[in-house]
Amino acid sequence: MTPTGDPKPSAPVPLERLALHHHVLRYNFHERLTHWVAAGSYIYLLATGLAFWSPWLMWISVVLGGGQVSRALHPWAGLVFTGSVVYMYSMWSKQMGFEPVDKQWWKSLRFYITNQDEKMPPAGRYNAGQKMLFWSFFWGGLVLFLTGLVLWFPEYLPWSLRWLRYVSVLLHPIAALVTIAVFMIHIYMGVFAERGAFGSVIRGDVSMAFAKRYHPGWYEEIVGSTQPRK
Amino acid sequence: MSQATLRVQKISGHAGSVPGEDTQRQDLVCKLVDTTTCIGCKACEVACVEWNDMPFSQTTFDNTYQTMPDTRWNYWNLILFNEHEREDGSLQWLMRKHQCMHCAEPGCLEACPADGAIVQYSNGVVDFQQANCIGCGYCITGCPFNIPKFNSVTKRMYKCSLCTDRVSEGLEPACIKSCPTGCLHFGTKDDMKDLADKRAKQLREHFGFANAGVYDPPGVGGTGVIYVLHDATQPELYGGLPSNPSIPLTVKLWKNPLKWIGNLAMVGGLIGLFVHFLRYGPKGREEEDIARPEGGQS
Repeated sequence: MTPTGDPKPSAPVPLERLALHHHVLRYNFHERLTHWVAAGSYIYLLATGLAFWSPWLMWISVVLGGGQVSRALHPWAGLVFTGSVVYMYSMWSKQMGFEPVDKQWWKSLRFYITNQDEKMPPAGRYNAGQKMLFWSFFWGGLVLFLTGLVLWFPEYLPWSLRWLRYVSVLLHPIAALVTIAVFMIHIYMGVFAERGAFGSVIRGDVSMAFAKRYHPGWYEEIVGSTQPRK
Repeated sequence: MSQATLRVQKISGHAGSVPGEDTQRQDLVCKLVDTTTCIGCKACEVACVEWNDMPFSQTTFDNTYQTMPDTRWNYWNLILFNEHEREDGSLQWLMRKHQCMHCAEPGCLEACPADGAIVQYSNGVVDFQQANCIGCGYCITGCPFNIPKFNSVTKRMYKCSLCTDRVSEGLEPACIKSCPTGCLHFGTKDDMKDLADKRAKQLREHFGFANAGVYDPPGVGGTGVIYVLHDATQPELYGGLPSNPSIPLTVKLWKNPLKWIGNLAMVGGLIGLFVHFLRYGPKGREEEDIARPEGGQS
């Protein structure tokens, strides 16, 4: 082996391992586009939301065109984000259902955290953590959307329904904090921790090795049913 | 607004301390509204619109002596009317001058995220600075008196300024100046409290209003507008004056525990993820999977 871990060019490589160089489509164009519409709108919402959250972060809205501009555009970005979450639901909700393996996955979480992935139960196309990410964004997004509508037009709400404003003003940041928690882990996993994950949501494909390492259940499906694509 | 002689003691959405805080000592100013001598003439409404140079606002007629259902962004001062039937069957026309209460602990200022959009001067006046307002409307949620109003054209919030431009020059507010019956008084908070207590005592002892009293709600730290009421045990009769107003609980929860819990969680999360990366690094290299035998350790 060379220091980079590549097989020596001279050594004969078994066919089965060569197959691991093959790539398989993980996210099709619809999934990738929806992901980036959600990501773009969410990052804008996060930046402007943090500006409103704390006086110490108000400078973010200054960078983004001023407090008035941020106030005006934050709800529209929210609509875009809500739309993308709804579309994600239509694409992925069936694949995000909890299965018995997910319970085992949570029980083995410490192996996942300490990078001992070979000790993890075989996850399918999405592991239990990714499912939690999806449902956190779905339910968090729903709460943010409903409370956001109230906060968008507080002046139209009659005084007798002021409790809606009171509820919204507290639930909106709570739901936002929930999504921020899973968002930070998502960015960390996708960009820093799992090699190949970030590329998969840009180009769409992952190596068979990636599939086998992180999603053995899904890998079995691919190998068992069809030939590696691309 | 003229701020020539006024220092600020509270600033909305402001990071750090308040510049000039506690460098000037001012008497708290206060409006006293004696609802028992208000005749509902609306001179104060007109004076307010005149002095503050507001564009004309359409009035509505609803078979009462009330100009319109609620205050507006350009109509800061409204006499609320209620025909109240007492237990003995007699009628009472209750008139209350409704405007910003200038709370000592203002919910609008507490809820406002925009730096300097709401300030409280050292004389207790709470004032909106439209130049800094971002139009989010959180002040609506923070206010227990339903005062801040939104202008959908300028996208800013407006309310009574307690004629800060007049008061800072030693004049009384326009509404006070216009009152023909003397039911409106203006002065220091101490003087107005004293006057109000005397009037309430007079009502109790000589006019048969056993429950007459002064409305200066402690839930918001006291207000810069105080009322003398015929029946202080039922302030709701006076156009829905809340009996025990305070900053909404959810606004307090959001500003106090939630903000600090959230900040700690976000900063802690970032540090935690960074330390995790230093300790464990990225997950195994793809090449290792290719090079190692089936089921091998990575």
